[in-house]
Amino acid sequence: MESILPLLGAGLLEAVQPLNFLMILLGCTIGLMVGAMPGLGSVNGVAILLPITFLVPPTAAIIFLAAIYYGAMYGGAISSITLGIPGASTAVATVFDGRPMAQAGKADKALTAAAVASFIGGTISVVLFTLFAPPLAVLALKFGPVEEFALMVLAFATFIGLGGDDIPKTIFSILIGLVLATVGLDIISGQPRLIFGDIPGFLHGINFLVLAIGIYGIGEMLWTLESSQGKITVHKVRMSLGILLGNLKDVKEYIKTTSLGSMIGFFVGTLPAAGATPASLMSYGLAKTFSKDPESFGKGNVAGVAAPEAGNNAASTGSMLPMITLGIPGSPTTAILLGGMIIWGLRPGPLLFTEHPGFVWGLIGSLYIANLVTLLINLAFIPLFVRVLTIPFSILAPVIYILCVVGGYAPTQTMHDVWLMFLFGVVGYLLRKLNYPVAPAVLAIVLGPLAERSLRQSLISSHGDPLIFVERPISAICIALGVALILYPVIKKRLNRKKQAA
Amino acid sequence: MAVIMGLCSIGLMVKSAELNIGWIDGRGPGSGSWSFWLSAGMLLTCIATLVRWFFGTTPESRNRELYMTRDTVLVVGTSAGAILFLLVLTHLLGMYGALILFLLFYLKFIGRHSWGLTLVLTIAIPVAIFCLFEWALKIPLPKAWTEPMFYPIYDLMYS
Repeated sequence: MESILPLLGAGLLEAVQPLNFLMILLGCTIGLMVGAMPGLGSVNGVAILLPITFLVPPTAAIIFLAAIYYGAMYGGAISSITLGIPGASTAVATVFDGRPMAQAGKADKALTAAAVASFIGGTISVVLFTLFAPPLAVLALKFGPVEEFALMVLAFATFIGLGGDDIPKTIFSILIGLVLATVGLDIISGQPRLIFGDIPGFLHGINFLVLAIGIYGIGEMLWTLESSQGKITVHKVRMSLGILLGNLKDVKEYIKTTSLGSMIGFFVGTLPAAGATPASLMSYGLAKTFSKDPESFGKGNVAGVAAPEAGNNAASTGSMLPMITLGIPGSPTTAILLGGMIIWGLRPGPLLFTEHPGFVWGLIGSLYIANLVTLLINLAFIPLFVRVLTIPFSILAPVIYILCVVGGYAPTQTMHDVWLMFLFGVVGYLLRKLNYPVAPAVLAIVLGPLAERSLRQSLISSHGDPLIFVERPISAICIALGVALILYPVIKKRLNRKKQAA
Repeated sequence: MAVIMGLCSIGLMVKSAELNIGWIDGRGPGSGSWSFWLSAGMLLTCIATLVRWFFGTTPESRNRELYMTRDTVLVVGTSAGAILFLLVLTHLLGMYGALILFLLFYLKFIGRHSWGLTLVLTIAIPVAIFCLFEWALKIPLPKAWTEPMFYPIYDLMYS
């Protein structure tokens, strides 16, 4: 603990450097707006805006993107409460009680509770992050290519076992992401691979951003266009300092559920595939289970707003833990952050703590600051964010499409990538209509090169013997857990069938 | 969709097999082996999806609703078509010319906004994109034959 405090202090100082602090302010504000927009979440904001971060140094860039992530988690509640439409899937559970509260004229109370709970969730999780990250990084230093590959198998298995989606479709999504990552020059022999039609654009590979922007920018907007054909009404929110202070006094009504939701959120968030959506749903479920008045949930109980908001904010920080310490992202947003770090020449993983301590602790420090800044911006500008929601979709959509096209062009400056991004967007939308999960593909294209390198290095060292993955303890544990996770849905299904038959 | 994806998987397997997909002594797996076996896995998952569809075990296979309704085709198709139009025009007119026409089309004909708002946004958004990407990020966007029109602005920017 004594060794962490000076590093954390240095990180906080790094985070309040003028440029970094400006990035926090900008990121939190943009994140709040992005999160508040129906159909847009942190992953869309981070994917679309990553190319413009090339303007600033890596530390400021990752601080900006992490602040967007944070802000979006707060912002999701705004549309859930005032529109009854979750800004992102992570805020679905907030609708259950947030909407009835808004309909009962208590939108201000629900929004304050969401903001305060998000702050508590964010604070608890960032403290847990600070405590867990250094020892996990030390453990991860023992990892070689064998353990790295086994860990990636575990990450993919988590998507299959806990993702809750159709298993063959989830595996397909992972595999297509991995295949797309192989396009270009072979990482070991340098031979051109999967160069379709001898198009030279494929030689530099498929940038993960092309897939991420295609799926989360264009594909998501097409999806939103289809699903939001109904009329949307925004509930009016009256907010003043007096109302705000009055609402803040109600914290005691939901502090217990918020704290519990924060702890659950953090640990669920650390699991790849689980992330903020199940974390918020689990927090909501537990808040209802332990409530003295479970009947009031779904009818406008403030604890039903606070618990999922604490859960999703805590999960967003939790998902950064495996990304920073192990190089395995815990959510699609952190997968994009990880890809961004690779672009900036930083290799996420245990060595990051020893090779770039300023960067890591600056990021951790920024999480503390961003949490506070987002709370203040959120509470101060709730009416403004509600007004943003009234921007017609027919203005928002072309702006986002343009940002996608220009953002897809910027990293490699070829129209080839923009065409690919458009193709991925349309195919992603069509696949999503058939319930193919798209997040595993994004995770896979980011991890693909690392997975292939570690597999091939492991096999070369073992002279082609795949048993090496079960002969070493850490990798054997990871593989065993992976197999258990893959079998988990099958066993669960059989047990359910037996129960129903009995 | 599973059939199309299955065919794509076979295509990827064939393409991967153009390289060595076996074991090379001293060098490990051949260059094509990783992508070959991943594509084979994709093919298996597509077969599994088809089998599950045939036996009606997935919600989608029991769903009798149209995959794309007329309204969806119209709404989504118009947007996707507009982006396609933007990309084709980028090759012909450069990014900025394409952005102006795209915004005019989207705001006036899809959004049915007033001419005033349409014109303000049609000018303001490309200017903002220019300032952010060309001026701040120093990333030149494609301009096709309109490139010489930007020389006076470059002179101002870099003088």
